[in-house]
Amino acid sequence: MTNSINYNSFPDKKGHFGIYGGFFVAETLMPLILKVADAYEKATKDPSFQEEIDYYFKHYVGRPSPLYFAKRLTEKCGGAKIYLKREDLNHTGAHKINNSIGQILLAKRMGKKRIIAETGAGQHGVAVATVCALFDMQCVIFMGAVDIERQKPNVFRMKLLGAEVRPSKSGSATLKDAINDAMRDWVANVDDTYYMFGTAAGPHPFPMMVRDFHTVIGREVKQQIIEQENKLPDVLVACVGGGSNAIGLFRPFLNNKEIKMIGVEAAGKGLETGLHSAPLNDGSAGILHGSRTYIMQDDDGQIKNAHSISAGLNYPGIGAEHSWLKDIERAEYVAVKDDEALKTFSEVTRLEGILPALESCHAVSHAMKIAKNMTSDKIIVVNLSGRGDKDVDTVAKFMGVDL
Amino acid sequence: MTERIKNRFEALKKEGRSGLITFTTAGDPDFETSLEILKSLPKAGADLIELGIPFSDPIADGKAIQEASQRALKAGMNVKRVLDMVSIFRENDKETPIILMGYYNPVYKYGVDAFAKDAAKAGVDGLIIVDVPPEEADELLIPLKKNNLDMIFLATQTTDDERLPKVLKNAGGFIYYVSIAGITGAASASEDAIKTAVKRLRKYTKLPIAVDFDIKTPKQVKAVANLADAIVVGSAIVKIIEDSKELSKQEIVGKVLEFVKTLAIDKK
Repeated sequence: MTNSINYNSFPDKKGHFGIYGGFFVAETLMPLILKVADAYEKATKDPSFQEEIDYYFKHYVGRPSPLYFAKRLTEKCGGAKIYLKREDLNHTGAHKINNSIGQILLAKRMGKKRIIAETGAGQHGVAVATVCALFDMQCVIFMGAVDIERQKPNVFRMKLLGAEVRPSKSGSATLKDAINDAMRDWVANVDDTYYMFGTAAGPHPFPMMVRDFHTVIGREVKQQIIEQENKLPDVLVACVGGGSNAIGLFRPFLNNKEIKMIGVEAAGKGLETGLHSAPLNDGSAGILHGSRTYIMQDDDGQIKNAHSISAGLNYPGIGAEHSWLKDIERAEYVAVKDDEALKTFSEVTRLEGILPALESCHAVSHAMKIAKNMTSDKIIVVNLSGRGDKDVDTVAKFMGVDL
Repeated sequence: MTERIKNRFEALKKEGRSGLITFTTAGDPDFETSLEILKSLPKAGADLIELGIPFSDPIADGKAIQEASQRALKAGMNVKRVLDMVSIFRENDKETPIILMGYYNPVYKYGVDAFAKDAAKAGVDGLIIVDVPPEEADELLIPLKKNNLDMIFLATQTTDDERLPKVLKNAGGFIYYVSIAGITGAASASEDAIKTAVKRLRKYTKLPIAVDFDIKTPKQVKAVANLADAIVVGSAIVKIIEDSKELSKQEIVGKVLEFVKTLAIDKK
């Protein structure tokens, strides 16, 4: 069944991936969203738009990011070869900058002067504040009060870059509430403001557009793995919060139907405890933040608070394309717990001399689990989506170390 | 049955005045108090009643209505109890139209077919689902039509002439014009802006036009009452409930009704 699908033809014109995606926003936002969709469509038809993106990717972000064979990690697992796609080496330390570069160039084309964005771990916020400094735009970042508390270094980085950081105090005071507040701000400031959504979720065209800006990850991997191994990988693994780094890696391989893809959600304290951020493993279809997708909800359709040690995965929804890929069984979605991710943090640090973001640790952890049951001629590519410097406080706290 | 909305607007026309639409969140601050408020609203001067279905993440609402939702949820409100509340109201009031207003997810989770059926049975007349624009409305329109319920659509300042026909294509009941830029509870629009907006809408539709521009005082009501077929008062009422935390149930009901009475619209 899935063999007959051409994945390049999704989403459709109205932003649907199967039953998922779409435009579930208030009429007050609808004309704005349509303008963004229209501007993006026009930009993709203009070759100079991609040229500009490529220029900044190469000279500012430092792309291509390396595809690194993690020899000691591979030896420890004793099975499939593990490659790490080093998105942590991008300028600002995560994959998020790919999207910010793309969207700021679009905002500039649209003549916008003020940029707003939400952030969870602060990685997207830093990436947005960075491009706003670079392109001289006013920048307001919405961030949950709880996240501000646990990601202080990133909050300070944003301020240094000239951004205003506004705490969201409603609800769980985390990422979902920051999105709520950013959307409210956008509706109130329609004329001059561009909302730079940070993940491949939300209303159309964001799931498509954010994905497109991140497909550079998968495209590079395709070329790099051929250069190093002269064949394509067998399995791709990436963590999923909103799902942007994962879809960026997966997308260029979706039509290579023999390649397996695994998205790793945050199981938090365990799926059975309900304290997790795993809508694809323990959620159901619903409507949140402008799109139909898997969400964490109670019997009355109220959104549940997500939990994860990594702020970047702490979201009760997921990008619509992942919901679709799950239902049609093109990708598999598993979940890794807080303590497993922390263990992997230490292992990767000691074995490879790389501090991975706690988000990315979820992906590496699962890759290590499956590598040992695979033969040594098989290849796993894991997206190391960000660096872990921002997480040292959290890790120290867990280890009982007072910094 | 959708006749109630139509009949009410026809009656208002005969009386030569605009209608007052009140908004409260169902279950705010608790089921009993909210029901008492609901029951007394028509006597106090509400011509149509909008009842909010509480939702955890109301992205189109400002602080006042966000907190009303939170209070209601904390007090155990859910979709089924919203419908129960309407049923109880209908035992004694067969005339006043009730429009449920909320976000899609609770309705989607309930099941749109079951919801449309149960809502009609409870005595609901129309539905405003804030985050379902015309682009996504078919899946709701079909079950609502089947159950004779109106789907009421929002039009805004940013809904341009090209887009308006799309919004009006399947609109039932009346047009809900949101004249404030932004979320509920934000700054009010000017009288002139409303006049222009209503005139523009009138070119495209024969349906009654209700205007929501976040009225806070009776003086504002008087100033704009004859500009549209109906005006909506929401956050100002909700704010009274918020400010009455320390009061008894009767006192809260009394305060709300006292305020609504000052808004009641007389004949021209």
